[in-house]
Amino acid sequence: MRVQLAINGEKREAEVEPRLLLVHLIRDVFRLTGTHVGCDTTHCGACTVLLDGRPVKSCTIFAVQAHGKELMTVEGLEQDGKLHPVQEGFMQEHGLQCGFCTPGMLMTSYAFLSKNPQPDEDEIRWAISGNLCRCTGYVNIVKAIQYAAARLRQGGA
Amino acid sequence: MMALRTSPEIGGMGHSVKRKEDPRFIRGKGTYVDDIQLAGMLYLDIVRSPFAHAKIKKIDASKALAIPGVLAVITGQDLAKYNLHGMPTLMSDTQMVLPVEKVMYQAQEVAAVLAKERYIAADGVEAVEVEYEPLPVVVDPKKALEPSAPVLRTDKKDKKDNHIWHWEWGDRAATDRAFREAEVTVKEDIYIPRIHVASIETCGCVAHFDKVMGKLTVWMTTQAPHAIRTVFALVAGHVGLAEHKIRIVSPDIGGGFGGKVPVYPGYVIAVAAAVLTGAPVKWIEDRMENLQADSFARDYHITAELAATKNGTLTALRIKTIADHGYTDAAANPSKFPAGLFHICTGSYDFKAAHVEVDGVYTNKPPGGIAYRCSFRVTEAVHTIERMADLMAHQLGMDPAEFRLKNFIKPEQFPYKSALGWEYDSGNYAAALRKAMDKIGYAELQREQAEKRKRGELMGIGISSFTEIVGAGPSKHFDILGLKMFDSAEIRIHPTGKVIARFGTRSQGQGHETTYAQIIAEELGIPVADIQVEEGDTDTAPYGLGTYASRSTPTAGAAGAMAARKIRDKARKIAAHLLEAAEEDLVWEPGKFSVKGAPNRLKTIQEIAFAAYTNHPPGMEAGLEAVSYYDPPNLTYPFGSYICVVDIDKGTGEVKVRRFVAVDDCGNIINPMIVEGQIHGGLTMGLAPALYEEISYDENGNIQGGSFMDYLLPTAVETPKWETDKTCTPSPHHPLGAKGVGESATVGAPAAIANAVVDALWHLGVRHIDIPITPAKVWKLLREHGVTE
Repeated sequence: MRVQLAINGEKREAEVEPRLLLVHLIRDVFRLTGTHVGCDTTHCGACTVLLDGRPVKSCTIFAVQAHGKELMTVEGLEQDGKLHPVQEGFMQEHGLQCGFCTPGMLMTSYAFLSKNPQPDEDEIRWAISGNLCRCTGYVNIVKAIQYAAARLRQGGA
Repeated sequence: MMALRTSPEIGGMGHSVKRKEDPRFIRGKGTYVDDIQLAGMLYLDIVRSPFAHAKIKKIDASKALAIPGVLAVITGQDLAKYNLHGMPTLMSDTQMVLPVEKVMYQAQEVAAVLAKERYIAADGVEAVEVEYEPLPVVVDPKKALEPSAPVLRTDKKDKKDNHIWHWEWGDRAATDRAFREAEVTVKEDIYIPRIHVASIETCGCVAHFDKVMGKLTVWMTTQAPHAIRTVFALVAGHVGLAEHKIRIVSPDIGGGFGGKVPVYPGYVIAVAAAVLTGAPVKWIEDRMENLQADSFARDYHITAELAATKNGTLTALRIKTIADHGYTDAAANPSKFPAGLFHICTGSYDFKAAHVEVDGVYTNKPPGGIAYRCSFRVTEAVHTIERMADLMAHQLGMDPAEFRLKNFIKPEQFPYKSALGWEYDSGNYAAALRKAMDKIGYAELQREQAEKRKRGELMGIGISSFTEIVGAGPSKHFDILGLKMFDSAEIRIHPTGKVIARFGTRSQGQGHETTYAQIIAEELGIPVADIQVEEGDTDTAPYGLGTYASRSTPTAGAAGAMAARKIRDKARKIAAHLLEAAEEDLVWEPGKFSVKGAPNRLKTIQEIAFAAYTNHPPGMEAGLEAVSYYDPPNLTYPFGSYICVVDIDKGTGEVKVRRFVAVDDCGNIINPMIVEGQIHGGLTMGLAPALYEEISYDENGNIQGGSFMDYLLPTAVETPKWETDKTCTPSPHHPLGAKGVGESATVGAPAAIANAVVDALWHLGVRHIDIPITPAKVWKLLREHGVTE
């Protein structure tokens, strides 16, 4: 089947098997390897990408379901060589260690902050509860998202 | 705290330098194993056993081979032709790569499918038909020791039972005497269940054999690339794979926690397939394979006893343990100590006598026995002693904090030789506990608890004052398969004063690229930004034993400091030559040598580096570089005191960690930000087994909880807001006074949480609850004690 979509603003297309998972289209076909596979059961969130602006776990939807849609991956966060405030936040607040869950965390945070620009800590924790991290203990991830929220409110991006 | 010696621009020890590794990770530009794609790469997937114990009667690959794109189905018989169907374990037992006769645990590798694409390989796995004849299953290690139990390791000719080894340590007679004479004793059975590290990246590799050059390159998820290279060379030397023709690359690693130390069959099969076909072969396990078949942790059945005087002075400790090793003894331990460092179980307390016994047992479960973010069974030891300390304190009617303060090894007793033979380097345990008590408001919490108890509410306060033991070596005690445990650093300074430094360890998120650069910056005064740190490529890095057991700072970090000091010694000679001064008249401060009494006559380290290539003293070799293979004289003993406050919901049995204060002491700190991050992460990996994680089996050996749908990891919602603080007791023998910290919190946290829950229920008559303390377990206890209906 032919899939046409826009990834990070760029129009792409590919001939795929109907059963191909979106994450494998992104990683193995389009070679954007920032999106990771961690669990195959939609629990860990390492594969989170945005489909028409909504966070989805790309390990449990088919590539063909993205046909005609706008897809955003971690590689699309940086604009014109400038980091997005969520990326800055994770660096500034030490919100990552091994970095494997980080792209998914960033995409979830990005989508969450676009809906809730002034979240409290509980809201942040619930927002990222579909993204597992084994290294950081979450405290600094929460701080990173708070940092990004503050920067975005100041017009950071 | 240590005073800062370098400026923020240089960024040596004590500065919270932002991590050098982050820019690639936040852009999705890291390179993890599954990101590697080579031209003509094939894909390997594995057929696994549905049975925990069964004869393999027949493997029919014909349907799989009929699928277009499936190139081969590899069986144990195929590997046996090259004598690669079995491999040695870390404890010199044997483990099947692919079995030829029978399977020994559920999800064991039975055959492998090699195909042109990932999905076709999976199709091939579905199509392989295996005929099994089920055999009796043994899952309970206590039953496995009964004379009537079927003998599992029929491959071992003389084996008549399922007992692997008996190991004991300490003075049995003195301990038994102390118990006979004791005024008060307590005894408890403690089970520390089988759990799994579940790093978010699973394991895998890409193997490529260059037939022209005769060179094998394997990119793999490993914490110990050099040791892997040597093991590969020793095992596969007979098929022409010599060590200098093997390159192991451990690229970015998505969490290790001990689970990426062992060699898994998938790696070996992929390498064999790559050598046989000449094509690159990728094998990446999925999450179910990872949880079901990779090395587990813990699984210790412990019976512990404490003896004390009426007034609360501990006198003796006695422990007997049954260790479930699964189908083969593949535990990650130094080979001298079958039970690893379990004999650090005297903890932070001054015991006159102690004796510990452990028996290893075979069962029909996956092999392994890694340490889940701790060093070699320390968590089991700490959990036991900290649970028992609470039990004794409560039994005596003493406050658990008071009881600990009374029995701690005193600061003036260091270096301290424990009753089980360890020499603790330094410590001040009371200082850490007092700080934690102040920070959490201990007395106030006790008042609150008393009031709540009157109202029928359940609130508990739990303490854990742990001592870790990390930094394996020293090589006189520690090895992996005979390889002595030291670690290494190689520093090269280029003419313009920029540095490349390579280490024998391998970061899996610990931030080595930053902290190692800070150590060099501290020693040489070269800015962190000018120092490139590399690890994980055996073609370039010096030989080291890898990263686990919190050994990177104690061993490789020390090697970095020692190599830098060698460079400084040579730099002094060059500076003396350039300044036309005597070496002893030169004064060093980070980044420059100046002439004593004439501070303006100076040469910077950068000028000296340039001169090392352009104007070095006659008779001296050019260049400015050094290597150090550091063998520590002793282990290091970081410690801490944790206090946890829990509230228990009487209706559901749910435990909520309301507050958790962690005071850690890891000696001198290289990067405070990174240390704090390591503690946060470790605490979360301590919370997890305390309340959520467990891999259990039914009586047929079926795994219960083999995916993230039922193996529960804490999310941001369950995880408390950790409150951290520190004291600083430098290690006297480490060149930087550092001790290592990555695992302390995982080791110390579970007991604090369990102690808090038992404290909340003690007045009801509850004396012990095995972790994980699930709502169901608590609810059942509450019902038994008439608290809830």
